[in-house]
Amino acid sequence: MGKYVVKRVGISLLTVLVLVTVVFILVRLMPGDPFSDPKMTPTVKENLNAYYGLDKPLLQQYTTFLGNLMRGDFGYSMKYQNQTVNNLLRQSFPYSLDLGIRALVLSLSLGLVFGIVSARNRGNKIDLFFVVVAVIGTSVPDFIVGAILQYFFAVKWGLFPIAQYKGLAHTILPSIALGFYTMTSVSRIMRASMLEVVQQDYIKTARSKGISNFRITWKHQIRNAIMPVVTVLGPTVASVLTGTFVIESIFAIPGMGKYYVESVQNLDYSMILGQTVFYGIFLVFANMVVDIAYGFVDPRIRIAK
Amino acid sequence: MPEIILEVKNLEFSFRTYGGVVKAVRDISFDVRKGELLGIVGESGCGKSVSVQCILRLNPEPPGFFEGGEILYKGKDIVKMSNRELRKIRGVEIGFIFQDPMTSLNPTMRVGKQIEEIFVGRKEVSRAEAKQKALEILELVGINEPERRYRQYPHELSGGMKQRVMIAIALVGQPGIIIADEPTTSLDVTIEAQILDILKELQEKFMTSIILITHDLGVVAKMCDRVLVMYGGKIVEEGPVNAIFYETAHPYTSGLIQSIATLDTSRDEELVPIEGTPPDLFSPPVGCPFAARCEYAMEICGMMMPDRTQVTPEHYSACWLLHEYAPDVELPAVVRTTEAEEITPSPEQVETEERV
Repeated sequence: MGKYVVKRVGISLLTVLVLVTVVFILVRLMPGDPFSDPKMTPTVKENLNAYYGLDKPLLQQYTTFLGNLMRGDFGYSMKYQNQTVNNLLRQSFPYSLDLGIRALVLSLSLGLVFGIVSARNRGNKIDLFFVVVAVIGTSVPDFIVGAILQYFFAVKWGLFPIAQYKGLAHTILPSIALGFYTMTSVSRIMRASMLEVVQQDYIKTARSKGISNFRITWKHQIRNAIMPVVTVLGPTVASVLTGTFVIESIFAIPGMGKYYVESVQNLDYSMILGQTVFYGIFLVFANMVVDIAYGFVDPRIRIAK
Repeated sequence: MPEIILEVKNLEFSFRTYGGVVKAVRDISFDVRKGELLGIVGESGCGKSVSVQCILRLNPEPPGFFEGGEILYKGKDIVKMSNRELRKIRGVEIGFIFQDPMTSLNPTMRVGKQIEEIFVGRKEVSRAEAKQKALEILELVGINEPERRYRQYPHELSGGMKQRVMIAIALVGQPGIIIADEPTTSLDVTIEAQILDILKELQEKFMTSIILITHDLGVVAKMCDRVLVMYGGKIVEEGPVNAIFYETAHPYTSGLIQSIATLDTSRDEELVPIEGTPPDLFSPPVGCPFAARCEYAMEICGMMMPDRTQVTPEHYSACWLLHEYAPDVELPAVVRTTEAEEITPSPEQVETEERV
């Protein structure tokens, strides 16, 4: 197990390095530069370039950036004056993370429960209901779900605040909008997996032991059926966290989404790089945790190094 | 005659499928006696597994359902039992050993837990006692280092080891009846012999009744006291093992015996396979299921199912050839008479082997 973890961490670090390099090159390939405002005089522009180190050779800029990155320093934003990227991230990321985690917890717990309920009621009306919900969830994009939720729950019935992120009540609608797709896909995977496991020979063995149906479902069926869900958890975390950008703008949440879009429009090199790399590290880390968790759920993975 | 502990009467079990109703078990009756080793033979798809799984109600219901009959155990009908009543029987009164040890153990649960799970929810046995019993039974089925194995997962064990664990699961509740559904089919021959020895030993030690399903007539000859021969969802012949081999009364049984090869079968000797395939159980034949493949078939065979006819006091066969008006046919029962002893050891041989 220890060897497995070390290997996973190594691969993760390598992934981050490749990510940093590719993003660095791509950003510089974009036409224009951060100081292409027509009102800016050439002297000012030169000064700014020198101030941010943009006059140095590209390779040197790259190594400087890497060096700073090692210390966890993303540099200064080129648009928000006197603001470090770290500072801006510190302000905005907690909102995105909070929303992401809420959506994830909500969608996973409900998704698993719905999947299990669906499988246990295979073919009847309850199952059909969840099929319909799943079709809606997979085919309707989250910003429409968000808008519909706002219309009914905030505008028409006034149950929840329509926007902003100030308290528990504010978090509910955006979490549902963000987690809806994941919830339906998790419930579908869980349903299919439950139905597959129930036909396995070991379920028959369990039945031959005279233990309760509850125990059979809980100890033998769910534990094995959950495996495919754990497998898709890594990509799911990624999709939920990137989904926050859209939801944030619909619900006016001061998360990373706003800065991200703005920085790309403004060609704010250090912001784009900083946010992408930060996000990348976060996702790679999430995937790594999932992979290691997989080993804990399935003893067969643990041994295979 | 030893006491009868389980009685199956006119059992009929079918499955609803998209293609229609499959009549897997069609009106079978048999009994299980205390301490005996009852063999059930027949080719794939003849209803062996389904009929024994009926005894513990392990067939999925639905799609499976009982069309009729009863299974009497201790004066109660298993067919009519509630889930609660069934749970009291499963594992502790009737144990089951499955065919494929590779897939019959839960991959995410430690071996020891899977064995002692039998006692979960049964007040008589405490946790510590359950663990103690699990360790003892592991030792009994020939697993060394039981303490270590107890903590391992199924994928850490070999195939033979897993089957021993399966046997341990079936035995740990000390059931009076053990149903072994082809327990050695997926194992190699040396392990097969060891597993069968364990079963035989346990049967003699605890006076357990064992129902052994197998394809292997050699195993039947060596192990069983009585044999049921099944075909097309019906029992076509039943009787003491010697009667089945030496006074074969059903053409199907005789066909089965003739189609085995042994080390002693010479190269030029042709095996006699049974031509054709088993009947379609979606629409089973009205008459004898074997009629279409039977070289002795008469007109009546395709029209009516023959009655269960007594050959000798313990030996029954369902064949029209046994009818008083039927022509006298000599079945090649005692296969190629001289070689017969080599193919299936005679009782004397069995005894000597056991003494060794």
